[in-house]
Amino acid sequence: MTIQTKHFGELNIDEGKIITFPEGIPGFPDYKKYIFIFDEEDENSPFCWLQSIDDGSIAFALINPLKICPDYSPKVDNELIESLGEFNENELIVYAIVVVPEDITQMTANLKAPIIINSQTKIGMQVIAQNEEYEVKHKIFNDLQEYTSAKEGV
Amino acid sequence: MLALTRKKDESIIIGDQIEITILDIQGDKVKLGIQAPKNIAIYRKEIFLEIKEENKAAVQSSINQIKELGKIFKK
Repeated sequence: MTIQTKHFGELNIDEGKIITFPEGIPGFPDYKKYIFIFDEEDENSPFCWLQSIDDGSIAFALINPLKICPDYSPKVDNELIESLGEFNENELIVYAIVVVPEDITQMTANLKAPIIINSQTKIGMQVIAQNEEYEVKHKIFNDLQEYTSAKEGV
Repeated sequence: MLALTRKKDESIIIGDQIEITILDIQGDKVKLGIQAPKNIAIYRKEIFLEIKEENKAAVQSSINQIKELGKIFKK
């Protein structure tokens, strides 16, 4: 199938790669089907996108939280993510949603409420972690700079 | 909105699976005990609203700006 998107033009969707969010995402309860978009020109980019299939104008920028918070480990009750279907922990994919305001140095990632996806069942949800130390608006510009320069130093 | 008056240790039942008990009352603070099926997410409203707002702000992010950032911050 093909969909029209606001940011990525016309996309050819491999239906086997569709991720279902049975409850939607808070603020967007009616949009339940998404697809990952990775930057093909730049596969080392720390960002990827979660594009809604139901509405081509809706896309979330995501970041692998380990790239900004190396010991990131959200605490979530297992019962809460039961709807993802059976999983081993290493089959779970965890991302943080990124917000980029006009001033990019103020960009933030939501470490309090990660997106968790079961790569086996292709079911996802946004959960609220119990960790008190994780913020909804975690500033990431400096973290990213540190991460990048650390990599360059290797 | 339905308003019910309850005393300490009294409960209300919603459907037949959700029970909310008044555990304690001190001044303007009420401590609630909630029994519900495990798969029902229960959050303090303000944190849920905060996340909803944050998600709405997220889809306003400039994708092109993020693409540029991706180039700066590639590992």
